[in-house]
Amino acid sequence: MAFEIGGKSYETDEEGYLANLADWNPEVADYMAKEDDCDLGDNHWEVINFLREYYEEYQIAPAVRVLTKAIGKRLGKEKGNSKYLYELFPYGPAKQACKYAGLPKPTGCV
Amino acid sequence: MGNGVKKFMYVNRRAPYGTIYALEGLEVVLIGAAFDQEVCMVFVDDGVFQLKKGQDTAESNMKNFSPTYRALGDYDVNKLYVEKESLEQRGMSEDDLLELTYEDEDDDYKEKPSIRIVNREELADLMEQQDVILNY
Repeated sequence: MAFEIGGKSYETDEEGYLANLADWNPEVADYMAKEDDCDLGDNHWEVINFLREYYEEYQIAPAVRVLTKAIGKRLGKEKGNSKYLYELFPYGPAKQACKYAGLPKPTGCV
Repeated sequence: MGNGVKKFMYVNRRAPYGTIYALEGLEVVLIGAAFDQEVCMVFVDDGVFQLKKGQDTAESNMKNFSPTYRALGDYDVNKLYVEKESLEQRGMSEDDLLELTYEDEDDDYKEKPSIRIVNREELADLMEQQDVILNY
């Protein structure tokens, strides 16, 4: 599968995750979010950028539990809970945010 | 530890690349970590190479997944036993291994090393204590 932004084509897997991590740019995240009727604000971007950094460092997308803990540590307690993250990403913070961040689906996520 | 918690030991015996065992084994540990069991990992035989510092897979066309071992602490997997004899037979010591740490919640989140070097006898004792042992 693939989609197109401004004449450039982006390959995805059957669930819409970007096939090549290196293809990612912020426009990709905006495009994917729009497809889900989601408007990305600063709070979304904090999480997306965090995920990209986490992947860069550890070569995996973190599990929700790990993401929640790490976000709390980095961005403050009021953001380090699943309620906050699910409000931002109702399809599941790990699944949906990872997709916008251009990462593969988190390990163990079915 | 409440009821229903079992002691799981994941034994890694093979080199990191060439077969899929090491990566698959690591993924199983990361997935299994969600179930709040008591988990430890063991590295014996060529498995000790999985924790070797400075891995470079550029020419083998495989993904270097060794940075992922550093995430284990975040998943509360913080007991990584490396067999002393296996290291010695391969001319290696603890200094050749990745520096892996975890934050101890019960001790003011102090960073502590996850890797413990054990000899064959100590490892046998540890195996005795497990409920489940999985080999990769």
